[in-house]
Amino acid sequence: MAVNTEAVGKQWPPASFEIEAPRITQYANAVGETNPIYHDAKAAKAAGFRDLVAPPMFCVVYSAPALGPAILDPEVGINIPAMVHGGQEFEWGEPVCAGDVITTTATCKEIYEQDGKAFYVFESNSVNQEDRGTVRATWTDIVRGA
Amino acid sequence: MSDFNQGDSLPELRVTPDAGLTKRYAEASGDPNPIHTDPEFAKSVGLPGVILHGLYSMAQVARAHTDAVGGDPRALKRLSVQFRGMGLPEQEIVVSATVKERDDGRIITDTVAAQGDNRIIRNAEAELELS
Repeated sequence: MAVNTEAVGKQWPPASFEIEAPRITQYANAVGETNPIYHDAKAAKAAGFRDLVAPPMFCVVYSAPALGPAILDPEVGINIPAMVHGGQEFEWGEPVCAGDVITTTATCKEIYEQDGKAFYVFESNSVNQEDRGTVRATWTDIVRGA
Repeated sequence: MSDFNQGDSLPELRVTPDAGLTKRYAEASGDPNPIHTDPEFAKSVGLPGVILHGLYSMAQVARAHTDAVGGDPRALKRLSVQFRGMGLPEQEIVVSATVKERDDGRIITDTVAAQGDNRIIRNAEAELELS
């Protein structure tokens, strides 16, 4: 079966996410980040941050509203129950703090078939309310039995 | 001051996700996929039971790096991983990072996250600024 590559180049509308302190702390607790800068705004400010700061990998939380519609888009055509997360890259910029509004834009970068699997590669770019880049990401999803 | 040279290992990170972790991570991250939270659903799609979120395991790789330089999140510039074996709750994850390059106050590591012999993340590459 040949994969449909028509969605390559498609860009979805930007999606914004307002960073609330309890979401940062909830995420830090789930992944075992005990550093006080993720739990106490005073500790974060003392360390030079504008407010409670998010762990780098919190980018998955604020990127989700942009990536979800891309991965689920029927024009991309991913067979969701057969999908696995194959690879992930993040390149970080400006730290993200409570009170920031992060806007993420997702693009379909590549769709290809290899060894009987379909590879779907998305890129996303996230910026804060001052238009400073916070993370650039590459998301690779794999569907077996393509 | 943290200093690492080519060939050095970063301090190993060991963590054992408890039985309730996948549910807490699902809520915290907003990933609703039931293969991580519903044992019956996971078995219905051929898995042994609920599996860890790949991005949870990646977060452990990230944490191993920021912890190695005193905890500053700004030190981690880039992280790239490939997800391979399935991660399971209630088994210890060991994150092992080795410095493969050092240049101008930054290191590049080659990192593996494993549960026993099962390498759940391999060929991970991180760029970390030394403080």
